Amino acid sequence: MAEDVRMETKDLSVYYGKHPGVRGVSLPVHDREITALIGPSGCGKTTFLRALNRMHDLNPIVRVEGQVLLDGEDIYDPGVDPVLIRRRVGMVFQRPTPFPTMNIFENVVAGLRLAGVKDRKQLQQAAERALKMAALWDEVKDRLHQPAVGLSGGQQQRLSIARALAVEPEVLLMDEPTSALDPVSTQAIEDLLTRLKENVTIVIVTHNMQQAARVSDRTAFFLDGELIEFGRTEQVFTNPKDPRTEAYITGRFG
Amino acid sequence: MNLRRRYLRDRLMQLLVYLGTLVVLIPLFFILYYVFVQGIGALNWEFFTRPPAPPGEEGGGMLPAIVGSLIVDTLALFIAAVFGIAAGILLAEYPDHPLNPVLRLVSDVMAGLPAILMGLVAFVLVVQPMGHFSGLSGSVALALIMVPIIVRTTEGVLKLIPWEITEAGLALGLPRWRVILSLVLPAARGGIVTGLMLALARGAGEAAPLIFTAFGNPFLTFNPLEPMDTLPLKLYVYAISPYEDWHRQAWGAALLLAAAIMVTNYLARRAMRS
Amino acid sequence: MPNWLYQRLGDRLFAAVVVLLALGVVAAALAIVAVLYFGGREAFATFGFFGFVLGRVWDAVRGQFGAWPPLLGTLITSAAALSLAFFPALSTALFVVEFSSGRLRETVAYLIDLLAALPSVVYGLWGIFVLVPLVRDHLELPLFTWAAAHAPALLPILGPPTGIGLLSATLVLALMIVPYASALARDALELVPQSQREAMYALGATRWEVIRRVVIPYARAGIFSGVVLALARALGETMAVTMLIGNSVNLPYTLFGPASTMASLIANEFTEAEDDLHLSALIAVGFVLLLIALVTNLIATWMLRRMSHGEGRR
Repeated sequence: MAEDVRMETKDLSVYYGKHPGVRGVSLPVHDREITALIGPSGCGKTTFLRALNRMHDLNPIVRVEGQVLLDGEDIYDPGVDPVLIRRRVGMVFQRPTPFPTMNIFENVVAGLRLAGVKDRKQLQQAAERALKMAALWDEVKDRLHQPAVGLSGGQQQRLSIARALAVEPEVLLMDEPTSALDPVSTQAIEDLLTRLKENVTIVIVTHNMQQAARVSDRTAFFLDGELIEFGRTEQVFTNPKDPRTEAYITGRFG
Repeated sequence: MNLRRRYLRDRLMQLLVYLGTLVVLIPLFFILYYVFVQGIGALNWEFFTRPPAPPGEEGGGMLPAIVGSLIVDTLALFIAAVFGIAAGILLAEYPDHPLNPVLRLVSDVMAGLPAILMGLVAFVLVVQPMGHFSGLSGSVALALIMVPIIVRTTEGVLKLIPWEITEAGLALGLPRWRVILSLVLPAARGGIVTGLMLALARGAGEAAPLIFTAFGNPFLTFNPLEPMDTLPLKLYVYAISPYEDWHRQAWGAALLLAAAIMVTNYLARRAMRS
Repeated sequence: MPNWLYQRLGDRLFAAVVVLLALGVVAAALAIVAVLYFGGREAFATFGFFGFVLGRVWDAVRGQFGAWPPLLGTLITSAAALSLAFFPALSTALFVVEFSSGRLRETVAYLIDLLAALPSVVYGLWGIFVLVPLVRDHLELPLFTWAAAHAPALLPILGPPTGIGLLSATLVLALMIVPYASALARDALELVPQSQREAMYALGATRWEVIRRVVIPYARAGIFSGVVLALARALGETMAVTMLIGNSVNLPYTLFGPASTMASLIANEFTEAEDDLHLSALIAVGFVLLLIALVTNLIATWMLRRMSHGEGRR
């Protein structure tokens, strides 16, 4: 395994009942880079993403086969605790998911509270840091104790990002984080991603090819649950090796 | 890392939830078990076909109570359906009608009132003017219990019917009332029937409002203007009586009642799906 | 028939009939309040409203009617039953929504719905012939003999260990409201979006932490209004209580001994009421019960509206 590979899947398959949603995918995720997963809807990119922090454990009908290595350790090993994995590998979802019964501050520190952090100052520092990283601090610093559901959609999504960042994950998985947002908020989040990768490894699912081209370092193209092509983003978009990739990025299907 | 303590708490709470569920399910299972085991022995030919024996004597059956239940419950359902469905139509099809806020509040509140109060009302409004107890007064009491259930389900179902159906009808030049009667209501039939069944299941198990309305009657009668017996009422009287044979028959009545209500609920669910 | 007549007149007529019948529902509700108020007026006039509600003596022979004993019985049995039922009901709801899936989940949910629909008289019958002997022989008698030997001061609180009385009535009442409260709590828990759970899991939460910090807070309005509705049901529950409580209106009540609730008093004495004042007093008890039920129901509705948050309100 190369020195800078943070996460790697080996022959990963995910089954919904008998139906395979992802088939035999082997993909490296490089440290402190943004890896974009693209492909037409239903191609398995989200299913693949959710396998990277064991979210599929929550659904009894889903079965995962193969390996997902995080720093060389298989997260599906029987001895491995999914709770610890999810703390190291955070996730941001398609729609913002603020906890409606908590205020902005409590939303951001929810993960730290789980870990048992009680020190007020420590929590405040962490919240400020995470909100600054998510470029939300200036907008909410005066109303940290107001309900999180009062924020706009774009703000809510950045709050979700701040919440995921507050626990200082090594890897951040993002499942179409801008698909429910307006162009201005999308722009804000894209800017944010480029700055975030100094600290965090990011895997982002997007249905928007321009977005993948703009923000990612490497791109993986999925089709029908299989990984068709993976490489540096410039290469995948300017000189795809597989005709199916070319067909997709030139808009001939999907 | 206090992960072990967090897991300990996770497991502990899981255990508590399982225990709490068992605490609920075990006695409830025993209730069903006893009703079945004790009741099945009492359900014989005589139970269904004979009037009760005089107090203290063995034998006799529940025929008047079974017939009474059928008549009182059907009558109640009919009364409740007429008013309840109409109120549901008003709430769903005339959403801006000034009566609606009041109607909605009233039916919500009525649904939460103790059933025995409906008995008191029926006593004052029907029994006292008539001068004697009657099956009809029992039906009125039960109808008051059933109405809010029917209003709610009818309104809910009608609101689920796509507006396109109404539009299509109006586009054909049908007047509004024809659209409601010939297009909307038939489309909502399954749901409305479900509501009626749920209301019936609820009313059919009530004894409290019948004690001083339908009152009870050991003789077979088909006339709702006379006092009538119903299964829950007879069950109550037999259960608190000192006679062993009546206790046996009370279990039989309990099984019959429970089975009838289960079947009604089951059919209601099926109707909802179709 | 000319077309305009068919259209306009038909619409008017139909709307008129619908409104008239709906008015019937409103009228019925008003009739409930009016009938109970005017029916109880003689009792209220004789003893005064508060004199009646707080009167400690209910004696039909002497024509003395105070509703305090059955009111107290109602409050005690309902509050005790609710506190007994709350955690088991919530547990069952959590079990169905959060801890089980597939067949098991459906079976338990169906069983709970079934038991919520089981008539009160059936619970009462089971109470008389199964629960009462059990409570008497394995709970009340041992406690009573122990108290007689070691703490005779407790005996007046415990009361006669006959099995028929407050304790048995409360236990059956608790059993009866569990399925109801559980079904309402389940409805509330099922409204919690899966995305809320996933968001918490993604932060590294255990299942219990997800339930404790996300699911229950999200569903709290529904859960609490369900609790209040279950309380309302317990307050008015009649048959099972009447069959088990022993129907005594004489204060002071004891833990094991006979007592009465407002509903059980009405069910028990109404057909025996000889004179107008007795009848009026029983209807007046109904009016008091109506007021309490109204208040509890309005609180439940208010809670649901007030405590619902963003997504819950939509």
